[in-house]
Amino acid sequence: MTAPVMDALDALESEAIHIFREVAGEFDRPVILFSGGKDSTLLVHLAVKAFAPAPVPFPLLHVDTGHNYAEVIEFRDRIVAEKGLRLEVAHVQDWIDDGRLTERPDGTRNPLQTVPLLDSIVEKRYDAVFGGGRRDEERARAKERIMSLRDGFGRWDPRSQRPELWNLYNGRHAPGEHVRVFPISNWTELDVWRYIQREGIELPSIYFSHRREVFRRDGMWLAEGPWGGPRGAEALEERTVRYRTVGDGSCTGAVESTATTLDEIIAEVTASRLTERGATRADDRMSEAAMEDRKREGYF
Amino acid sequence: MKDLLRFATAGSVDDGKSTLVGRLLYDTKSVLADQIEAVQRASVDKGLSTPDLSLLVDGLRAEREQGITIDVAYRYFSTPTREFVLADTPGHVQYTRNTVTGASTAELAVLLVDARHGVVEQTRRHAAVLALLHVPRLVLAINKIDLIDYDEAALTAIAKDFAGLARSLGFADDAVVTIPVSALVGDNVVERSAHTPWYDGPTLLGHLESVPVTPPEAGAPFRLPVQYVIREHASDYRGYAGQVASGTVRPGDEVVVLPGGHRTTVASVDTADGPLATAGAGRSVTVRLTDDIDIARGDVLAAADAPPRVTTELDATLCWLSDKPLRAGARLLLKHGARTTQVIVGALGDRLDTDAVAYVDAPETLAINDIARVSLRTADPLPVDDYADIRTGGSFLLIDPPTGNTLAAGLVGSPLTLAG
Repeated sequence: MTAPVMDALDALESEAIHIFREVAGEFDRPVILFSGGKDSTLLVHLAVKAFAPAPVPFPLLHVDTGHNYAEVIEFRDRIVAEKGLRLEVAHVQDWIDDGRLTERPDGTRNPLQTVPLLDSIVEKRYDAVFGGGRRDEERARAKERIMSLRDGFGRWDPRSQRPELWNLYNGRHAPGEHVRVFPISNWTELDVWRYIQREGIELPSIYFSHRREVFRRDGMWLAEGPWGGPRGAEALEERTVRYRTVGDGSCTGAVESTATTLDEIIAEVTASRLTERGATRADDRMSEAAMEDRKREGYF
Repeated sequence: MKDLLRFATAGSVDDGKSTLVGRLLYDTKSVLADQIEAVQRASVDKGLSTPDLSLLVDGLRAEREQGITIDVAYRYFSTPTREFVLADTPGHVQYTRNTVTGASTAELAVLLVDARHGVVEQTRRHAAVLALLHVPRLVLAINKIDLIDYDEAALTAIAKDFAGLARSLGFADDAVVTIPVSALVGDNVVERSAHTPWYDGPTLLGHLESVPVTPPEAGAPFRLPVQYVIREHASDYRGYAGQVASGTVRPGDEVVVLPGGHRTTVASVDTADGPLATAGAGRSVTVRLTDDIDIARGDVLAAADAPPRVTTELDATLCWLSDKPLRAGARLLLKHGARTTQVIVGALGDRLDTDAVAYVDAPETLAINDIARVSLRTADPLPVDDYADIRTGGSFLLIDPPTGNTLAAGLVGSPLTLAG
């Protein structure tokens, strides 16, 4: 008798679980980056499955820009409590308050996350940092390894990456270095949504269509908030929208959508002619190599 | 229910690999409007009149600046029947290293040749590496057929030439499919070409969609490297977590725990969603056993009636991936399954000349991209299979202790047998 054939989602799930267990076996102080967005929520779900019935042997870390949607923070705290997880929060505001960071003139705090992240890694001596990055998101990410070494400055050097062979992951690192781990590297946006549906994974409400006061900037619908806006001729208007990604409010735009269920979201993502980043991430539009440049500096 | 095919591309620098990959993505509608706009903008900037599809995949600054592909990249697309993970390997620098990396996880490789040049040295090298790595299936994509006016006789000659090479490398005839394509124009990639009425085989995508994906490991004896011991005190749970590397496991199976050699029986095959009646290769599970045995990360659970051999002396083939040369006597680390142990390199044996596709004399040192046989002695006994029998049980990494860098891809035994 042969085993039943695994479908694509089974194969991706098994691969991610394998990666979680490798890290648990090889590293002393791993941490999962958790923002309450769909990718990191998926990551936490997979971590729970990898170690069941025992608890997840890693804490979570959220680098909180202070510009998050209230619904997402509520969701983050509820999931942590429900699943019995440990959450550390690095508040970008703390770094601004004591002068280690300076607010940018454009008000966006997304690029400011790198310093609190790297400081937290050093302070807590994290040696493996899980992220929900996927290679389908962006061309520079397509070159990212599943286990990716970062030097003492958190830098990524795309030209001297270790080759990744078979499913043998090499996590060796010197003191001060750490490894970024991307268990869902091989998932696409549609895989994520189909898996969320299959597993019944709960998400923050802003992923589903709702009425919200938004204003138009650079072709995106932004919500009002402490990041500045609406400014000048920008006018608030109520629209039916949802979010495809969740991040810093200054640069994460909503899309017009009537999708209120996972079925409708999957249909919408399937039919969409825009990538999720192209549709909703202003910071990736800064230059042709915006993501590559930020990753070189230690960004996820 | 969609399944997943992992495949790799290989080919020389100017064979049009990036264009072929761009074409696959573009014609399967896996490229979205904002990505196409970006490519159109960049193509106009370069003074081109039509979009350069290779810009879809060359993602790093240096790649766009130099017009070359530097490193293995992974691409994703899907059709109504199947999902695809494509390891897109550059043909340019460090060809062996990148081809080995891409081929190690591939269930199929697409090898490109330029129809104007046919089988060249680089084709022979790539085919030799794909054969060494035991990629189960091969597609020879003869590209740029528009530039030879769709000349059937020329294409038949290339196909015949390659078939001879593939046979000498040990590929079965039915494992190799030849498809004439033009990535630039789109002939036979996703859409069937009107220019090749004499060709009655599948399009490239049609073949990728229909080729069976059952991994060769599925029919092999059961192996499971123990990655992690899961203990939950409240329910007194103790299970051994890992990914089934080969074969299948089910409750009641007799297994042996290696290297220790204890025999026991599988009590249950658990997942977070409940126990399974059977788990096959690739499935991550947690196995509970009927006996209380001391088992740790690095041990291997194996079919009791067909276990791997346990040894500290390995004959292996190395693909050397590092700028740092290898000399006999080197002390390194070896990672096999979930175990890392120390290893001393013994004598260097025959080197594979990938141009001539023949084994030649033993070298003094191994340099980057060299492939050679070698003997190794490990500090701990390892349960190993020959790579030719079970890819997962016969593969390992060599790691540099001071830097932690991966130095070599290792294959137990001599997986490439060259026929006259």
